[in-house]
Amino acid sequence: MQQGRYKIFLGMAAGVGKTYRMLQEGQAEQAAGRDVAIGYLEPHKRQETIDQARGLEVVPRRRIAYREVAVEEMNLAAVIGRRPELALIDELAHSNPPGLEHGKRYEDIADVLAAGIDVFSTVNVQHLESLNDQVAELTGVRVRETVPDSILGTADEVVLIDLTPEALVARLQAGKIYPGETIDAALNNFFRIENLAALREVSLRQVAESVEAKRLTLEQVEPLGTREKVAAEVPKAVGERILALVRPQPSSQRLVRRAWRSAQRLGAELDLLWVKPPGEAIEGEVERQVTALRQLASVLGARLLVEEHDDLVAAVARVVRERGTTYIMVGESKPARGIARLRERLPQRLMQATPPGVDVRIVAHRSIAPEERR
Amino acid sequence: MIEHVLVGVALVAGLGGGYLLARSRLHLRHGRAEPVHRILLPFTGTEISTRAVDAALRLARAEDAELMPAYLAEVPMRLPLDCAIPKEARSAMAMLEAIEQRAAGQGVPVDARIERGRSYRHALARLLEAEDVDRVVVPAGDSDGSEGLAGEDLIWLLEKAPAEVVILRPAAEDRKLIRAVA
Repeated sequence: MQQGRYKIFLGMAAGVGKTYRMLQEGQAEQAAGRDVAIGYLEPHKRQETIDQARGLEVVPRRRIAYREVAVEEMNLAAVIGRRPELALIDELAHSNPPGLEHGKRYEDIADVLAAGIDVFSTVNVQHLESLNDQVAELTGVRVRETVPDSILGTADEVVLIDLTPEALVARLQAGKIYPGETIDAALNNFFRIENLAALREVSLRQVAESVEAKRLTLEQVEPLGTREKVAAEVPKAVGERILALVRPQPSSQRLVRRAWRSAQRLGAELDLLWVKPPGEAIEGEVERQVTALRQLASVLGARLLVEEHDDLVAAVARVVRERGTTYIMVGESKPARGIARLRERLPQRLMQATPPGVDVRIVAHRSIAPEERR
Repeated sequence: MIEHVLVGVALVAGLGGGYLLARSRLHLRHGRAEPVHRILLPFTGTEISTRAVDAALRLARAEDAELMPAYLAEVPMRLPLDCAIPKEARSAMAMLEAIEQRAAGQGVPVDARIERGRSYRHALARLLEAEDVDRVVVPAGDSDGSEGLAGEDLIWLLEKAPAEVVILRPAAEDRKLIRAVA
C-alpha cells in the first residue's frame, strides 16, 4: 500500500495559527472534492478555530480513564477504519496515556500514513528534541513533550506558520489565544517579545535547514559507507566548511554533535580544532578525551586538528584561511573574571581575525538546574 | 608617615589576598583530581528503553558517577573498521542527545561514546579495553537477539567485563523508548 502524504504545520508558539491554517487547507481540499476528516482537533476554545472546523467530519474521540480521570484521545482504529483520503490530526507531539497503541501521537500518525491516508498535522518548534534545550535556554520554559527531529524529515511538506512577535502579542492581548484571566501571566512569562523573537528565529532557521536537507535527499539514498559518493552526485548550494573549536573534555561532544548536524544539513565538511597550549602534556584525562574526540571525528568522517599555539585566535584564523572555513562554531565561554573582563569576547575577536563572511556561532552549554548540580 | 603606613597596609592586604586566592585554587585543583567513577550504558540499534536509561542515571546519581552512554555500531567486513559511519552516527547522535538531555535534568554528567566493531560484542570489547568503567548497565535484548545484546553476549560480558555488570531484565515498561527515527 502506498504511504500517505504528510504535511506538517510548524509554528514558533501557541496561537500563531497552525491549527487554523491546517483546517483552512483541509476545507480547501474538501471543496476540491477530496474526502477529508478530522482525526483529532484541539481548538483550545478559540472561536476562530472552532468556526474554521465547521463542515468537516470529525471522527469521534475515545474516552480513556487515566489516573481516575476520563480523558479524550484520538481514536486511531476509528480514523484508519473511516479511511478518509485526508486526516487532520492536531498536535503531533502529544503524549498518549498508557494503554493506547502508542506512547506518542506522531507514532499514531505513522500508522495512519502507513494505511495510505494523507495527514496534515501541527507542532511547535520547542517540541523538537534537539531544539528543546536551546528553546529552554532562550525562554526559560521547557516543554516535556518532545518529538525526534527526524519527524520533520519524514514529512513531505513542512509549512512554517510565521507571525511577528508583535502580532502574536496583539492576538494574545485581544483574547484570541488564552482566556482573559490568564493573559497577563502569559505576557509576563512565555509571551515576551524577546522570547518570541528568539523562537521565531529558531523556527525560521529550522525550516530553512529542513528545506536544505530535503534538497540534498541524503536521508533516503545513503547506504552505509557511501556518503561521499552520494554527496558528490548531489549539487551543493554553497561550498560550506565548518570548524568546531573543541577542548579535550566531555562537553565538547555536544558541540561536535551540533556542528555535525549543521554540517549534514548544509552538506558541509567538518573540521574539529583543538588549540593546545604550548607545553601542555597529552596524558591522563586529557589523553583520554583527545582519543575520544579523535574516535568521534573518525566515526563522523570529520577531521580532528591539533594546533599547538599560545594564541587561540591567531591559530584559529590561520586554520580558517588554510582550510577555507566558512563557519566557526564555539562553545559558550565561562564568565570572565578579574582583568579578563576587560578583554573582548572570543567570538568578537574571531570575527575580527578571520576573513569577512566567516560566520561565528556560539553553542550554549547544556544547563543543569542549580539545585541539581552537584 | 601616614602614606608609608597606607602603602604598608596595602602591601600586606595584597599579599594576604594573593596567598588566600592561590590556596583556594590549589584546593580546587586537588578537588578535580579525585577519581571519577563511570557507569557504562552500552546500547545498539535505534532505540533504548527509558527504564534502562533511568536505571543507569539512578545509579550514577547515587554513586556520584559519570554516565557513559555508548552506541555500539557494526561495521561490515567489506569496509575498514575505522571508516566513517554517517548513517549509524545519525541514529547514535539523536539517541545520545536525548540521553544527555535526560541526564542533564537529573544533574548527572555524561561522557558519550560511539564505538565500532565487526559485531556488537566486538565493539563492546574494544570499548571496555579503551575505557575504565566501574559498572556496566545493560538492558537484556529480545529473546531472539533481534534488538540489543543477545544472551550469549551477556554471558560473555559477565565473564569478561573488568567491572560490575548489571543486566536489566526485560519488563512491560520497556515499551517506553528513547528512539532515533532514521
